[in-house]
Amino acid sequence: MASSVKAVARENYAGNEKKTFRALFKRSYLAIPYGLFLALFVVFPLFLIVYYAFTDKSGGFTFNNFVAFFSSSTYVSNLLISIGIACVTTAVCLLIAYPVAYILSRFKSARSYIFVLLFIAPMWINFVLRAYALREILNLFGLLGKTNFLNTVIGMVYDFLPFMILPIYTTLIKMDKSLEEASADLGGNGAVTFFKVTLPLSVPGIVSGAMMVFLPSMSCYVITDTFGNSKVPLIGKLIESMFGTNANWNMGSALAIVMLIIMFITMLLTGGFKGEKETTRGNAL
Amino acid sequence: MMKKVLAYGFLTLVLLCVYAPIFILIIFSFTDANIVGQWHGFSLELYKRLFTVERLRNMIVNTVVLALLAAAVSTVLGTLGALGMFYSKKIWKKVLGGASNINVINAEIVIAVSLALVFSMFAFNKTYYSLLIGHVAFCTPFVVLSVIPKLKQMDPSLYEAALDLGATPRKALFRVVLPEILPGIVAGFMLALTLSLDDYIITSFTKPAEFDTISTYVYNAVKNTAKSELPAFRALAAVIFLIIVIVVVILNVRAGKKNKNETFMKKEIK
Repeated sequence: MASSVKAVARENYAGNEKKTFRALFKRSYLAIPYGLFLALFVVFPLFLIVYYAFTDKSGGFTFNNFVAFFSSSTYVSNLLISIGIACVTTAVCLLIAYPVAYILSRFKSARSYIFVLLFIAPMWINFVLRAYALREILNLFGLLGKTNFLNTVIGMVYDFLPFMILPIYTTLIKMDKSLEEASADLGGNGAVTFFKVTLPLSVPGIVSGAMMVFLPSMSCYVITDTFGNSKVPLIGKLIESMFGTNANWNMGSALAIVMLIIMFITMLLTGGFKGEKETTRGNAL
Repeated sequence: MMKKVLAYGFLTLVLLCVYAPIFILIIFSFTDANIVGQWHGFSLELYKRLFTVERLRNMIVNTVVLALLAAAVSTVLGTLGALGMFYSKKIWKKVLGGASNINVINAEIVIAVSLALVFSMFAFNKTYYSLLIGHVAFCTPFVVLSVIPKLKQMDPSLYEAALDLGATPRKALFRVVLPEILPGIVAGFMLALTLSLDDYIITSFTKPAEFDTISTYVYNAVKNTAKSELPAFRALAAVIFLIIVIVVVILNVRAGKKNKNETFMKKEIK
């Protein structure tokens, strides 16, 4: 009797095993279309960029594109200006976004929700349309065409500010408030508590926000074109011109590789990507 | 008290800066002057133009149709991808997840030129297909990123229970797993929609020459101000803003209801 029960149990177990194995097999197959799509339209294109970057117009292997890039003072200064603009934009965004996020995180949840929505809502207006709106304001103040560098930074900050506010706000909200209370109980005044407890704990939010502002502002030539009068050359614009009017795909690809390398370095420095963009953008909804 | 005044003052100042450009566009959408700052008397001419000038209307319809199409394709592809990835072996999870995240961090211009290279290699760049694939390529990873957390939160025994109760794997997926991850799928769809509506760089590299979305049209109109339709975009900004306000109000009302329900439930428990 006992042995027959055992046999049935064993049979059932084996059956289940088989069933889950089959299910496992089938379910992972669901990723095949996306896998093929990624291979064809994400990974392969990057290999193509590498191929073009290391070949000349006739298709022969060469380092000349990179040599040309680093020996041209115009190109290198473009790159440095891009990095400079990105740094200034990130710093200004941080200076505005941190207090905003901090104040919002202290609100009661219902009111905080409404205010966060207020800061996020402009993001849903078309990006180029928003740039156009700001351009009209700058025009009204007579700034357009005069202070190109400043205009570019204003435009970048205007467009990327929500990307900085959201991750900082999210980390501040998730922070354990009792740590601040503990600091106060142990005799730390407001400033000490902020600089020794709150600020260090919100560093992850600052880092992901900074990455989300820094990387796009290095190449976002829509803004410089809209009201920097294209006088502030960004590396993104340079790449665009190589594929457009200049028609030098090899040079353009080399520039794209340089951008990829800078991105890679930024990621290494900031400790890499942790899907923060998703949480931020997702929270926006 | 002083602190509170300072805090509110700062928030108001930042919000004012954020909304001033939009409000000025909206105010000047009710006059037909060519330049913002000039007032030629109240008129709804710009709104009339927005909906009657064929090129403007086409561009708006193009943008919306493309965004809906791209978001739908991205949502299907991304949801299937997330499901498959979640249930596959660790190594495939890593490979696919890594490849999927490339376009999340990559600069738009690099995505755009790399796609343009591939499309021109297969000789179909600057067609509607290349445009759609371009949009799907940068929207889908965000769908995957919104679905994966829901899969992780889901109780894995639900699917097994469905199988034990006699459901076929397909049925279990559609009837049990899909409803569980639906909020993630919806969020992913909305995200893809807004990303597609917003895009300029990838669109400009992959679109057919005669095809314009709001982004490409405004960009070209701003650079080449001779085009007379630019003032009509003030009306467009006003319309989009109105839609956003409606959505935000609905969200708030719903959040308010949810809060009330929650407090109500808490009271019940007490």
